[in-house]
Amino acid sequence: MKLNVRIWRQQNPAAPGKMVDYALDEVSPDMSFLEMLDVLNEDLILRGEEPVAFDHDCREGICGSCGVVINGEPHGPQQTTTCQLHMRSFRDGDTIDVEPLRAKAFPVIKDLVVDRSAFDRIIQAGGYISAPTGTAPDAHAKPVPKPDADRAFENATCIGCGACVAACPNGSSMLFTSAKITHLNLLPQGQPERETRVLNMVGAMDEEGFGGCTNTGECANACPKGIPMASIANMNREFLRASRTVSR
Amino acid sequence: MAETPRKRTPRTAEAKTTAATGRKATPRKAPVRKATPAAKATAGVSARAGADRRRADPDGRYVIGTPIADTKAPTGPIEQRWDGRRFAAKLVNPTNRRKHRIIVVGTGLAGGSAGATLAEQGYEVIQFCYQDSPRRAHSVAAQGGINAAKNYRNDGDSVYRLFYDTVKGGDFRSRESNVYRLAQISTEIIDQCVAQGVPFAREYGGLLDNRSFGGVQVARTFYARGQTGQQLLLGAYQALSRQIDAGNVQMHPRTEMLDLIVVDGKARGIVARNLITGEISTHVADAVVLASGGYGNVFYLSTNAKNSNATAIWRAHKRGAYLANLCYTQIHPTCIPRSGDHQSKLTLMSESLRNDGRIWVPKQAGDLRSPDQIPEAERDYYLERIYPSFGNLVPRDIASRAAKNQCDAGRGVGPGGLGVYLDFADAIARMGRDKVAEKYGNLFDMYQQITGENPYQVPMRIYPAIHYTMGGLWVDYDLQSNVPGLFVIGEANFSDHGANRLGASALMQGLADGYFVLPATINDYLARGGFGAIDDQHPAVTEAVGGVQERLDTLLSINGDRTVDSFHRELGQLLWDQCGMARDEPGLRKALERIPELREEFWSRVKVPGSGLDLNQSLEKANRVADFIDLGELLCLDALHREESCGGHFREESQTPDGEAERDDERFSYVAAWEYTGDKPVLHAEPLEFEYVHPSQRSYA
Repeated sequence: MKLNVRIWRQQNPAAPGKMVDYALDEVSPDMSFLEMLDVLNEDLILRGEEPVAFDHDCREGICGSCGVVINGEPHGPQQTTTCQLHMRSFRDGDTIDVEPLRAKAFPVIKDLVVDRSAFDRIIQAGGYISAPTGTAPDAHAKPVPKPDADRAFENATCIGCGACVAACPNGSSMLFTSAKITHLNLLPQGQPERETRVLNMVGAMDEEGFGGCTNTGECANACPKGIPMASIANMNREFLRASRTVSR
Repeated sequence: MAETPRKRTPRTAEAKTTAATGRKATPRKAPVRKATPAAKATAGVSARAGADRRRADPDGRYVIGTPIADTKAPTGPIEQRWDGRRFAAKLVNPTNRRKHRIIVVGTGLAGGSAGATLAEQGYEVIQFCYQDSPRRAHSVAAQGGINAAKNYRNDGDSVYRLFYDTVKGGDFRSRESNVYRLAQISTEIIDQCVAQGVPFAREYGGLLDNRSFGGVQVARTFYARGQTGQQLLLGAYQALSRQIDAGNVQMHPRTEMLDLIVVDGKARGIVARNLITGEISTHVADAVVLASGGYGNVFYLSTNAKNSNATAIWRAHKRGAYLANLCYTQIHPTCIPRSGDHQSKLTLMSESLRNDGRIWVPKQAGDLRSPDQIPEAERDYYLERIYPSFGNLVPRDIASRAAKNQCDAGRGVGPGGLGVYLDFADAIARMGRDKVAEKYGNLFDMYQQITGENPYQVPMRIYPAIHYTMGGLWVDYDLQSNVPGLFVIGEANFSDHGANRLGASALMQGLADGYFVLPATINDYLARGGFGAIDDQHPAVTEAVGGVQERLDTLLSINGDRTVDSFHRELGQLLWDQCGMARDEPGLRKALERIPELREEFWSRVKVPGSGLDLNQSLEKANRVADFIDLGELLCLDALHREESCGGHFREESQTPDGEAERDDERFSYVAAWEYTGDKPVLHAEPLEFEYVHPSQRSYA
């Protein structure tokens, strides 16, 4: 396939960026999207230019490192991660726009690389169960009903890629935050910190400059792991419940 | 290098005798030992071994040094050794722990769990990862599960059986004491993870579900669909996050360790580079823990993450730490075959698929019909045929080599004939599509995403790929390397898997090391004190920083005509061809001739654009590939010297009449620990002793 790829190039956080056109002549439909960028980069290096910087690591769709906006959609036309998107999703002669995940809380570092450390700080605010090593009772001490375990798991599959934030017109991280709250608050082990968890995590989310939720649902559409919108409703319910419990 | 020399600290009276006679690896009292053909091992191992190895190396590529002993290994009944070691170890008073700073490099299962646990205990932890977040370490990609001897199935499992299976699965090249401890701790890991909220698969009664894995006949594997590594890693990451928030862990993401600082023979810190700003910084501590993973990416194409690298362990090696058993590399049988020259990595699918999928090839070589056109009678379910009792669940090394043999014989399927079928038609007929989707849905989706084929309708195609490296930095029972103060945990060390790791045991080992072993043993080192102040002007610090800076400057200034990736691909292809699934002496010699030339070309022709003052991914890669070239050479040397087949190391010259790996216990029942000298590497052998599990030829028939 021949493709025209337009990529956001930005030297550093302070520099202005711009879209730059690159023509690619021999793209195989079996390549992953990132392998297409690899091929471009090899070419750029040999021409003496700086290759396009982009985050990536496992290339199996699970580490959450990769993530760019392709033709206006985080991770592109399919509901998967950028590394799992293959060029067979495009046609010969296509022009493809490639931009970083854009959000106020995700400043651009270089080209397609953004700073998502705000997500780590949200988890640090309460996205855990306090269980210091060595303190655990036998694993079967508390049975967990299978529907709860399954729903907790479904929410725990979030990979922290940030597509939800980039997809949201408000730059909200509520899908990300609600997935962790739903996961932990459903489990018996998560009950002692149920209220402080939601209050602190929502507080951290606001402090980081993420927007609020207006129920557009773009986040769930963009999520490569299929975290459901219902998790946000659940977080709101948990938040109200905790606000009442704590103020009492 | 004439005599096979003395052990430093004999473990027992018997061992003392061996030392005195200069013999190595004479097994001690052998109550459970029976004579078998494979155990010609027992008698007269002796100084002959040294002579044999010299014969093995007529060109004098290495030097034979003194044997090395695990001086921390406890003795006595095996089930009491870990208790004994913990009791003998010195402790650090809780109020004094704050005064000790510990560096942890890496945030995977081993590093993440260690960082969190050490901080919980009160130590000051400084932790590093090259990723933008500790949650992204490659443990996240482990799929299938984690073993534990809970015996929740009541199917005859026990700590002893897990121990036995692991020693046998490792082809009798691991330490019994270490493996027994691992099996003991396995049950605590599951308790710990459940308490953290890890959402393991459960049954309708609310209790945990289990499945079975290759190389065993009990169901002891705990799992979270096909994302067990992710869930366990997030558990460790969340525990670590809690400690970061509490100020007990100072986390440095996007920061890569580039050298180890050794002062007065002790590991005292690291040199690191901030990958965003390019800033080179030094960090000083009382102990350094490496949890930087394996070296599978030396092969370029592997199932490792693209940025997984061996720089931390290689730089530690150059500072004196021994690298052991590099030739034990695991090839995973169920990976997605490559699709073309652009291939940047290979994707693994959990071997749990082999629980329900059936592996076959057409009986007729060169059969190009589509799989649904090949009738049952013309298919060869070769694993079920050759290994009737384990069938599709034979250990990884055996399944991989069997696939290679089929493809070499022209019966492979798919592009280039490099693939075999993994067929779920029977499972779907038996359990229904929904049940199959529930167990393996995400793996099927991943397969379809990558290949464009629907595995519910068409059999998957699989081919083996480099997946895990059993070798690594040598450590003693305390997980301390031969450099005092340098501890190594998880895949980065060589310890528990011998020559082959069983499925679902990597997660077990990483978490055992990080949550339970290291936090208990590191106290003993720290309690002994002797940590003088070191400032930035200390000669060891300035020398290390200068070396790192100079190397980066050199890489940036060569400005040649080849990209870093082109070198990495060439190295990987060379190693896969000559030191991959099967190895022989001519091939290894060829690789050992070519690698120094490749190194020369790299350092004169590599092209690294940009500067060292900001995010420069080419520079990061160049730095790593330079180390891979050096490590690849030692890998081939280790493979050349070990003239036996065992586990993941298959030497064509050493096989049974029916093509199985043939060990040579008489000559090679030892750990090969290599010392870096700048000139010829020095081989230090650690004899292995088996008191409980009798070395025999592994049989899964």
